[in-house]
Amino acid sequence: MTFAVTILAQDAAPAAGFMPGWFMPGKGLLAISLIIVAAAVMISILWARSGRPIRIRKIAGLDAVDEAVGRATEMGRPVLFIPGIQDVDNIQTVAGITILGKVAKTAAEYDAEIEVPTTRSLVMTTAREAVHASYLSAGRTDSYNPDRIYYVSDEQFAFVAYTGGLMQRKRPAACFYFGCFFAESLILAENGNSIGAIQVAGTAETTQLPFFVASCDYTLIGEEFFAASAYLSGEPDQLGTLLGQDLVKGLAWAAVLVAALLATVAAVTGHEGIASFVNGARAALGGG
Amino acid sequence: MGRNAAAVLASIVGLVMVLTAFARPLEFLGTAVVDWFNVLAAIAFVLGGANLLKMNLLKISARDAGWGYSAVTVCVFLVTIGVGLLKIGAHPDPLHPDVALSGDKEAVGGAFWWLYEYAMSPITSTLFALLAFYVASAAFRAFRAKNTAAILLLGTAFIVLLGRVYVGVLLTSWIPADNAWVSWLRLENLSGIIMGVFNNAGTRAMMIGIAIGIAATSLKILVGLDRSYLGSSD
Repeated sequence: MTFAVTILAQDAAPAAGFMPGWFMPGKGLLAISLIIVAAAVMISILWARSGRPIRIRKIAGLDAVDEAVGRATEMGRPVLFIPGIQDVDNIQTVAGITILGKVAKTAAEYDAEIEVPTTRSLVMTTAREAVHASYLSAGRTDSYNPDRIYYVSDEQFAFVAYTGGLMQRKRPAACFYFGCFFAESLILAENGNSIGAIQVAGTAETTQLPFFVASCDYTLIGEEFFAASAYLSGEPDQLGTLLGQDLVKGLAWAAVLVAALLATVAAVTGHEGIASFVNGARAALGGG
Repeated sequence: MGRNAAAVLASIVGLVMVLTAFARPLEFLGTAVVDWFNVLAAIAFVLGGANLLKMNLLKISARDAGWGYSAVTVCVFLVTIGVGLLKIGAHPDPLHPDVALSGDKEAVGGAFWWLYEYAMSPITSTLFALLAFYVASAAFRAFRAKNTAAILLLGTAFIVLLGRVYVGVLLTSWIPADNAWVSWLRLENLSGIIMGVFNNAGTRAMMIGIAIGIAATSLKILVGLDRSYLGSSD
């Protein structure tokens, strides 16, 4: 608590020298926020581990994974999974590969063929490991084919050209797009739509979400994408993180409400102290 | 064992990266780790290139559907590598004119520059331009007025699109711009209100959720709760 107060005081008056020199000025509020998020998530995990039930709302897109892979099996067509176009240092790619593991396990159980073209060779290696683990846990290592997970090109539109051609030639029955996407999102999704594939997408790129919503059957919007691995695993530890996220979201809403009230009071009364506090908090949290 | 070691390493590096954002003495590590990743990614280029050759050569030898495209890919890949490595057509560096391959391969006039300027760039632009047609087909489907929500979406999109083109501004130019009671009804202002208030509010709500999701996912990886990206230990 003392630590929190000290670094908040340092944010308010960096020149006053409340903090030791090693702490970066202006990062106090961000550090407090990080500690709150971490604490909420860890407490929620412990809560879930103690056996208390956690209710999760249905996410239609994730419930459709079995249906989509089952349809591909029945039609004798492959399942296409694209883990975005960024490298493994992007958290969306990591989240996409986690979901790939779950989709690959379903594909292994159904004996469906899964195809994973990638834009980065490190993503290819990571995806191979995840898919191999899924086939292993499904007891179908004999069906695992690493050549189905391969590198295409780092170039965004070279990758799109290849994947579009692949869709038209192989006509996958189910297409999954989970990761970081940019302008290629609509080209991929429209190609999938034109071949009549069941399509499920998830990304944290808010500018690409409308394209996926327009062209895909199911779209995981924002946080749903990051909740997917917990939702699909059903493990208490993973579900606990969802509860933690909701707690933090509640706190964020409360903070937004308080900040809006303070900003209104500052605007109406012209109180410089309150205005300075609101602007400082906004800047410290990365706001414009 | 291998998987545990990788998870511990990932946790330590992740934690250090978090600390570099707050602790001055560790700041240099932030850039150092990015450099390490770049070195790793550069090595991975070789892995990617080898995989690209393998997959396409397999496809050509098996005469799979679209094997002709694979043949083109292999040829262009090898030509580009050859041109880049041998710096064909690159002018020698003025400071070291006698040193072989001292010129910049990307300098104007070189074969590598020519490939980029007259092959790569037009192809990329063409593919990007295709987006316009895909936007049209997606919009045609999304904007069908089949229920109340779709009608609202169609109406809103119509206002926003019109408000951003000259003809839209012209349509409502008769509304006085200096009268605060009615000026918001001008299409360009209405479009601005929809984008700046309603759209912005929705996007920010999503971004808050995304930021919390990223923090929670990162934490799961840091504490080793989520190891699926590491694959199997067998």
